[in-house]
Amino acid sequence: MAALAEARGASRRFGAFTAVSGADLAVTRGEVVGLLGANGAGKTTLVRLLLGLLRPSDGAVLLFGAAPSVSSRRRVGYVPQTLGLYAGLTVAENWAFTATAFGNSGAPVAAGIAAWRNELAGSLPLGVQRQVAFAVALSHHPELLILDEPTSGVGPLRGARLWDDIRQSADQGAGVLVTTHNMEEAEQCDRLVVMAGGRVVARGTAAEIIGDRTVAQVRCDDTTRAFALLDAGHLPVQAHGTTLRVGAPAAAVSGLLARGGVDATIEVVPANLEEAFVAMVAGQEAA
Amino acid sequence: MRWGLEDVDVRRGRNVALAGVTVPADPSRITVVIGGDGAGKSTCLEALTGLLEPAAGAVYRPAKERIGYVPATAGLYADLTVQENLGFSADAYRLSGRERSRKAAEILDRTGLSGARRRLGGQLSGGMQRKLAVGLALLHSPELLVLDEPTTGVDPVSRVELWRLIGQAAAAGTAVVVTTTYVNEAARAATVILLEAGKVLASGTPDDILSGVPGAVGRAAGAGRPTPLSWRRGRSWRVWAPAGRLPDGVQPVQPDFDDAVVIAALAGEGG
Repeated sequence: MAALAEARGASRRFGAFTAVSGADLAVTRGEVVGLLGANGAGKTTLVRLLLGLLRPSDGAVLLFGAAPSVSSRRRVGYVPQTLGLYAGLTVAENWAFTATAFGNSGAPVAAGIAAWRNELAGSLPLGVQRQVAFAVALSHHPELLILDEPTSGVGPLRGARLWDDIRQSADQGAGVLVTTHNMEEAEQCDRLVVMAGGRVVARGTAAEIIGDRTVAQVRCDDTTRAFALLDAGHLPVQAHGTTLRVGAPAAAVSGLLARGGVDATIEVVPANLEEAFVAMVAGQEAA
Repeated sequence: MRWGLEDVDVRRGRNVALAGVTVPADPSRITVVIGGDGAGKSTCLEALTGLLEPAAGAVYRPAKERIGYVPATAGLYADLTVQENLGFSADAYRLSGRERSRKAAEILDRTGLSGARRRLGGQLSGGMQRKLAVGLALLHSPELLVLDEPTTGVDPVSRVELWRLIGQAAAAGTAVVVTTTYVNEAARAATVILLEAGKVLASGTPDDILSGVPGAVGRAAGAGRPTPLSWRRGRSWRVWAPAGRLPDGVQPVQPDFDDAVVIAALAGEGG
């Protein structure tokens, strides 16, 4: 299937600084692709390349099969993390403004946000503002949606409802690109493209990206002392409820604990996405 | 509980900001308060630190100078260098002599900011600013460390480093209370409080909350919403049946913590 948006070996330099280097990425209809990276990894620059707001220094970028243009950008809905709503306008006025900008003036306010139509956008709780921004971005029936951390900060139920909306758009044929550094959002995506230092360093489902990475999980009566021992031994230890998780070989962990006189059960368990991501990014920086 | 809130009500004008909220904080333990925007998380911390007076309930806290508190939007001086921020906090906490230089060096080492000590606070990255703010709150080795959304908007590498700082504080005996909007951070806590609209939806260890999920949870494929009590997990649906009877074609699954949080919110909404 032809991609809605595609980067082929795309690079972008600003003077001596390379923000994106040889990135490949494609979003097709009906899928939710997560673009995952730390701050400064190159996510925003890559999105700006896809939208045609920047030109690649090398490689190619295609939006709906051609170089991005003003007319192809009309087929894209974009929700930045700052939401792009006018805080001093009502929900209905925000809707009308965007509809008019896209040549849709007079379109009725979407049913899902009509309850807040006369409220000032800036007076609504963050979760509702996100829902409004999403509905406004959908008002011109875009074929490609680009969402920046769409569910950050909104609480579990509102977040689940936002994902219902996002999935519904994908089910109706839109392609969705979610840029995020939030692992919960990343886990909701069909597949992930992981960036670090301007490069794509991994791609695939969350399970594929985790691969066979493991951590050592420590259970013991005195996790406080165990944490202190492992921390003093410079192992990357993290508290997890009543257990500790350590991104280091089990032998190193058991050695340190035994020398410190802590009796512990150590189990090698699969890493989670955050642990895999952090290990991957650290490896990239070391390389 | 040693420190914390017990059955606390807070009113703001006519609005009830917190209703019957209990948040325990014990030495060497991490309590995570999780909720969305407007849930009442910051209000809990303001009541805990004494910034506001509850209308009812009990608040247990050490003397003010034994608390380390980092609000959501501040915690350092943007116009001072890292070193000057440390000096200012050390003055405020009346640290002197050897203790002062030892603690400052320790905080610089733990936060990884030794190389940045001459940079202005405002010029640090978001993650470095949060680490410095937490470091400043730890300078006087508080008995109670209170952090309001220390990891919001912070990238994953800095987030792990912040949680390492928090873990170190707990390992040193400090009672820690942290708020967050990220469900997966609750798994790091010894005690989790789920807060929504000023009320506690669920509380306990992560395992308590998981095992307390009422009814049955299932997984369904397809585009249509299987029941009103359904939500998306990737391409598939999660379905909650409070009475334990899942509809035909819905495959039972073991709920995970993300499911438990959504179910607690659904149950709270249903009243």
